[in-house]
This record gives sequence, structure tokens and C-alpha cells, in this order.
Amino acid sequence: MINYALDLGQTAKPEAVLFYILAPLAVAAAIGMLTVKKAVHSAILLAWVMVTLAIFYIAQDAAFLGIVQIVVYTGAVMMLFLFILMLVGVDSSESLTETIKGLRWIAITASVGFGGLLISLLGRATLGRSTAGLADANSNGNVEGLAQLIFSDYVWPFEVISALLITAAVGAMVLAHHERTVKRVTQREQSQARFRSGSLAAAAGLPGPGVFALHNAVDVPALLPDGSPAPSSISATLKARGDMLDSAQYQLDNNDNAAEDK
Amino acid sequence: MNSANYLYLSALLFTIGAVGVVIRRNAIVVFMCVELMLNAANLSFVTFSRINGNLDGQIVAFFTMVVAACEVVVGLAIIVTIYRSRRSASVDDANLLKR
Repeated sequence: MINYALDLGQTAKPEAVLFYILAPLAVAAAIGMLTVKKAVHSAILLAWVMVTLAIFYIAQDAAFLGIVQIVVYTGAVMMLFLFILMLVGVDSSESLTETIKGLRWIAITASVGFGGLLISLLGRATLGRSTAGLADANSNGNVEGLAQLIFSDYVWPFEVISALLITAAVGAMVLAHHERTVKRVTQREQSQARFRSGSLAAAAGLPGPGVFALHNAVDVPALLPDGSPAPSSISATLKARGDMLDSAQYQLDNNDNAAEDK
Repeated sequence: MNSANYLYLSALLFTIGAVGVVIRRNAIVVFMCVELMLNAANLSFVTFSRINGNLDGQIVAFFTMVVAACEVVVGLAIIVTIYRSRRSASVDDANLLKR
């Protein structure tokens, strides 16, 4: 017999519509987070889950938390994640091959068991009364109610958390700091080294990308005066990513002929 | 709609986050899954706050958010440090102690 004991009272109809639309989207985005290959896509999907949770908070009379969720999570935390992704390299998408054999199936089976246990327990739990609702607690406004609690009953945890924030900030600075082991090369020294390397091409610096008058873009190697392409004019990142266009199509003799044909 | 549905959603998101922590290899994605689990727990705090008719649950959720922000700052700094020394953000490559 299925026991719907945790009858917490019915919510208003608009909220039910909101929930039934957004909850499947949130779950789909969360599952997508696990299956997409690129970390950036995972981050975008996670940001979406966080936005839906913020909407749920606001729907549940927790307006302040909803706003904080958007500002802190989708704003600050996700920005930090994306920033680190850029720093570490967007290309470092992992291979989805398993290092431990069968790990994925074990994980999925275990999680189905865990989730089933959690949900069936929730389904059988009893509260003994219906939802109280926050109309009384929020009678002076949600922010005022929270402020009153934080600065009376929860003032000690609040202070401890402020100490934690400062410690975390200092810790991150210590971890990110890195001591220079060799002396910094100045611009003057770099310039002198270029001239002493012997080659005149090195002394002049690298050519800029783009082909004059025919095609102008950072992904096309520049043409040297004799019409041959100069691969050194392209950023190494673009080259590694394979985004470099072939400049043969823009070479002088090819295009001269084409112009004459027209 | 029964308010318990929020709790079911929270349990589901928590489970998905746990699977992600186990199966993904990129440390940053693993970290994002931990964030998902924290968010799922927050949803149930907010729901219980509403069920019980007082704001204590929302206070706890608020504190969780602050702690999660601290955790992200330190965790990402650790990931960057590991990346700097090992040129990889995969959790499988951080196995120096095993050798």
C-alpha cells in the first residue's frame, strides 16, 4: 500500500504550473550536465539549474534567498567557475572513457538505489500536520524577518561565518600566489636577445595575421612580400586549436588569374 | 500540488550531483556537481522552512550559500595550483601519493 503520509497541504495552482514546467527542465539540465563533454557546457547547464532553484525559492516565499541565489551563485560562483575554465583551458575536455572498469554502471545503479531510498522515505515520512506557510513569519517582510533572526538567535554563527570568509579569501591568495624562481625578463633584455639571436627576421618581430586587401582576419596567415604564407603570423592558440585557415586560396597569383578571368 | 514535490526534486538533484562526482573525471566538473548537491540541500531547507512556518530553514540555507562560496574559492585555487604543477585538471592525474 502506498502511503501518502507526507501530505503537506496543497499549494496554489499557479505555483503547481510553475513547478511542473520548471522541475523537469531543471532535472534535464542536471542530467545534461553529466553527459555533455565540454566543461563550459556543464557550467551553462548548472547556471540554468541554479536559476530555476532561485525561481523556486521566490515561489516559496523566500524572496531574499532567491535574489541571493542569483547574485551569489549564478553571478559570482559560476563566473568564478568559467574564469577558472578559461585559465585552465577550455580545450581540456576530458575523455569520457572509464579509468575503472564498469564504474559508470556501478555509479548509476548505486545512485538509483540511493535516490529510490531517499524518495520512498520522503513518501512515507509523516509530519502530523499540514504546511504552516510563511505568511506569519514574513508578516514584516522576508528580509526583515531574516535580519531579526540573524542578528539575534544566529549572531554567533554569523560571526563565525564572517571569520570563515576572511580565512577563505586569505587561503585562496596563499594558494594562488606563486614565487618567482627566475628573474623577470624585462622588455629591454627581450629586445637585446632578439638582436643577438643573429637572424634579421627575429629582430623585426613576428608579422601580423591577415592578408592585405583580399582577406583580413586573425585566422589567416599573412602573405610575405613574395606571396608565400607566413605561419608565424598566427597566434599559437589558434594553430593548436586547428582554427587556422589555409592561405593558399588567398595567394597573389591565384587571385590575379581569377580577376583576369572575370 | 503537494509541497513535498519540492523535496522529491531536491532528492533527485542531489542524487544526480552524487553520480556526477563519481563518474566525471574533470576536477572542475566534479566541483560543479558538488555545487549541485549543495543547491539541492538548500532547496529542501527552504521547503522545510515553509512547511514549518518559520524562517530558521532559510537562515541555514543562507549560511550554506556563504560556506559554499568559501568552498568554491578555496577549491578552485587548489585546482589551479594542481593544474600549474601537473598541467592537467583530471582527478586521475593527481595520484602522486600512489607511486
